[in-house]
Amino acid sequence: MNQQEFLNIISPFKDKVFRIAKRLLVSSEEAEDATQEVLIRLWNKKEGLDKYNSVEALAVTMTKNYCLDQLKSKRASNLKLVHSNYSDNQAGVDKQVEDKDSWSWVEKIMNNLPEQQRLIVQMRDVEEYEFSEIAKALEMNETAVRVALSRARKMIKEKLVEKHNYGISTNRTITK
Amino acid sequence: MESAQIEQLLNKYLEGNTSIAEERELKAYFSSNNVALHLLPYKEMFGYFKNQEEIQFTKTLPLQPRKRNVVKWIGVAASFVILFGTALFYMNSNGTNEDLGTYDDPEIALIETQKALEMLSENVSYGVESVAVLQEYNESKKTIFK
Repeated sequence: MNQQEFLNIISPFKDKVFRIAKRLLVSSEEAEDATQEVLIRLWNKKEGLDKYNSVEALAVTMTKNYCLDQLKSKRASNLKLVHSNYSDNQAGVDKQVEDKDSWSWVEKIMNNLPEQQRLIVQMRDVEEYEFSEIAKALEMNETAVRVALSRARKMIKEKLVEKHNYGISTNRTITK
Repeated sequence: MESAQIEQLLNKYLEGNTSIAEERELKAYFSSNNVALHLLPYKEMFGYFKNQEEIQFTKTLPLQPRKRNVVKWIGVAASFVILFGTALFYMNSNGTNEDLGTYDDPEIALIETQKALEMLSENVSYGVESVAVLQEYNESKKTIFK
């Protein structure tokens, strides 16, 4: 397989891989690195790709595993920091989150969801994968996917309604 | 679409029971401008999902890990060639240096040898002259320290 053939295979889903990585890792740079890593791993095993009936599903599974590993090692290193300067570290993270006011509310809400729910919402509501595809890529059964998706959707909706009502009530107090 | 119908679809959506087609219907409805007021929070949600589809991966992929290896080995090979090349060159040039100074014609060889010996003896006699001075110094030393 030459480079052009490989690029043709990955071009329909490389953006999806990037968005899934970004959903988990939040930072664009880290997501770019993760996507690069996953695609290069695919390239390195390009001779064996014919064995898989869906390279896209393989790529999504690899992305999920890679990003979760990244988050795990990040958390492990963060835990070390917690002992030395807990409050300092916390404040930094809070400020970082607040600084990015370009983030939409939905994104903020989603970043607080468990990783698995984030992945499922991303794959279903943004990438429009079928439940069977999601179940396969995430190594879960379809019912579990539906349950997790339903929970996540309800949580997002609830938070948005809360924020919406809050916004209206504060507007009223201001006008009063 | 009527908002009652939409609400029904939304309930199905929240339970995770809508099909992709139905979800597309919802996305289309919430991207329009006549969304019922009480459904506005959903507009934000579906708008966000729609907007997320447009994010693209723009970083270039360095896809020649194997070619790069070849380049690396070419470098190693080239340095070996240069190393052996220079070594061989020096050995050869040493060999030709030994050949220099020999003559094929005996007559010229004789003349050249004579020239060389003459030059040598000239230098020797120059040395002897300075030794003669030393001799004089020795003699005067003897007369003084006897």
